[in-house]
Amino acid sequence: MSESMAPPKRAFAPVQWMRDNLFNTWYNILLTVVVVYMIGTSIGPLLNWLFLDATFTGADPKDCVGDGACWLFINQRLNFFMYGFYPDAQQWRVDIMFFLLAVAFVPQFIERFPARRWLGIFGMTGLPIIGYILIPGGWFGLEEVQSNKWGGLMLTLILAYVGIIGSLPLGIILALGRRSEMPVIRGFCVIFIEVWRAVPLITVLFMASVMLPLFLPEGMNFEKLLRALIGITLWQSAYMAEVIRGGLQAIPRGQYEAGSALGLGYWRKMRLIILPQALTLVIPGIVNTFIGLFMDTTLVLIIGLFDILGTVQSTITDPAWQNVAIEGYVFVAFCFWVFCFGMSRYSQNLERKLDTGHKT
Amino acid sequence: MKKLITLAAGTATLLGTLMASNAMAATTLEAVKNKGHLQCGVTNGLPGFSQPDEKGHWTGIDVDTCRAIAAAIFGKGDAVQFTPLTAKERFTALQSGEIDVLSRNTTWTLTRDASLGLNFTGTNYYDGQGFLIKKDIGVTDAKELNGATVCIQAGTTTELNLADYFRANDMEFKPIVFDTSEQTVQGFAAGRCDVLTSDRSQLAALRSKLADPSSAVILPNTISKEPLGPVVRQGDDQWFNIVKWVLFAQINAEELGITSENVEDMKKSDNPNIQRLLGTDGDMGEKLGLPADFGYKVIKEVGNYGEMYNRNVGPGTPLDLDRGLNALWTEGGIMYAPPMR
Repeated sequence: MSESMAPPKRAFAPVQWMRDNLFNTWYNILLTVVVVYMIGTSIGPLLNWLFLDATFTGADPKDCVGDGACWLFINQRLNFFMYGFYPDAQQWRVDIMFFLLAVAFVPQFIERFPARRWLGIFGMTGLPIIGYILIPGGWFGLEEVQSNKWGGLMLTLILAYVGIIGSLPLGIILALGRRSEMPVIRGFCVIFIEVWRAVPLITVLFMASVMLPLFLPEGMNFEKLLRALIGITLWQSAYMAEVIRGGLQAIPRGQYEAGSALGLGYWRKMRLIILPQALTLVIPGIVNTFIGLFMDTTLVLIIGLFDILGTVQSTITDPAWQNVAIEGYVFVAFCFWVFCFGMSRYSQNLERKLDTGHKT
Repeated sequence: MKKLITLAAGTATLLGTLMASNAMAATTLEAVKNKGHLQCGVTNGLPGFSQPDEKGHWTGIDVDTCRAIAAAIFGKGDAVQFTPLTAKERFTALQSGEIDVLSRNTTWTLTRDASLGLNFTGTNYYDGQGFLIKKDIGVTDAKELNGATVCIQAGTTTELNLADYFRANDMEFKPIVFDTSEQTVQGFAAGRCDVLTSDRSQLAALRSKLADPSSAVILPNTISKEPLGPVVRQGDDQWFNIVKWVLFAQINAEELGITSENVEDMKKSDNPNIQRLLGTDGDMGEKLGLPADFGYKVIKEVGNYGEMYNRNVGPGTPLDLDRGLNALWTEGGIMYAPPMR
């Protein structure tokens, strides 16, 4: 058997590449010139506005001079944008949670990090419990901080995190239920999914915040945040169920039969054979749904909860400052980008590792 | 749409009464005392009225109104928690008992007073709708605005007032509707409209957001009456009286010259009006179900009406509003409180 030879290395010549790709036809030449011109003229002013002419430090609104962005505004309100109305003296509790969140999830990007799997499991199980104790307080001598004081980035993360942690298992159960052979369970799951999926989140939140209190007897008010969290989780689980059902349907019937042939019961068959395959198949869909949820959390604005966008919007109208709306929105966009891009990278990482794309 | 709103309001009222009848074990005052704090509904960020500051503390005239009520009950102005509410949520939150008092820049109208199961307790700010125009269109009176494009914020009484005004004066206008006040002023700055209309109290603040504030002027016309004040649930007259008389005490205090600074000295005053207000004589507090010195506590913690006004919206603040209608009746305004006796 003759040894196969590696394909010849393709030399990379920038000039040749440019000629092949950017300047090969008259319209490509035109496009290239226009695009380069547009980038060239806009990047300078943008950098100037963002960094060079911008004001980062100072004492009060009058220090914001010049044409650049007034990051001083963000700087001064950062505490409010991060923690909302959470009392200053208790903010260390939130800091611990931010830290633990980072400890649990940042190592997931580093291939050889020791015990990273356990950290991930901790992030999905232990972390919510710690958060449940630490953030509201009222236990172990911790001062109680009611949920109407939570706000800013912290609230956004809580909403997204609880929504994600809650909707994944619920979604799996609903997806399995929808494919169940028992008519009652199947019927229930179908109705649940179709009802929740057909309603916009904004309506769900509105029902939870405006209508629900009217139906409950007076004095039996459970908190607005809790109502919103339940609404978001149920709504999201309906979407999640459909994503996961897509994965379940992609598993050939032979896999199910093989499981049965091994003498596995329904749950062990699902847990050991079907779900591991189905879930890895739909990682892009799951993460896509998570990212969507992360963005949708801003809708709590309409029920008067101060997530990061809410805190920014409530303060950019402060007449003491010049127009700082753009700075505020750029800041919010940046925060969202960091988290959503992180999630996206993680999913690509996972896909590469599990090789779900069947590329190699 | 109107029918739907009426229907919804009717249902809400019905539900409100049903619940009021089965769960009114305690009065609002008792419930508030048991909780240990007042729960007060405010806006989600309106300069001068209720807005969080750098530290995340609520400030504004509506916020101070809540603090005054808390001071009257507990003797401490900080025994209050704030619930930020959107315009749509505000009445439900009050009807359902989520909040004890609504102090959210809310205009007192007949429909709201009569059909929502709520009571307006008074007016802590007399506002009215006005116009901000580009200087270079050369208009000096709102009557000359025929054919103008107008930037408005959606879903407020502002929109209805504007239509009424233009119809009454037989003029045409083209509305350009935005979702938030921030967007409205951006639209105005970008030249999408000649005129911006909003409550007068907000016009100056909106004007200051323009790149060149001197390019726009506020017209002298006021096209609507917007008496803004606290709101409580119907059916608890004691609570209604408390909220009403806390504001009256602040207005009377200004009339009598009692401020948060001189209140200690005023306690020694021989003037019977002052004595009754500060509780050194008479049983005014007892009649309301409050401590005898509730007036003293309110002035000590929050100040009289004038102080409250000047601190939040008056000259020297970013809103920089003259007292105007909100001056005392003795000084040309219409702020008038019944006597405390």
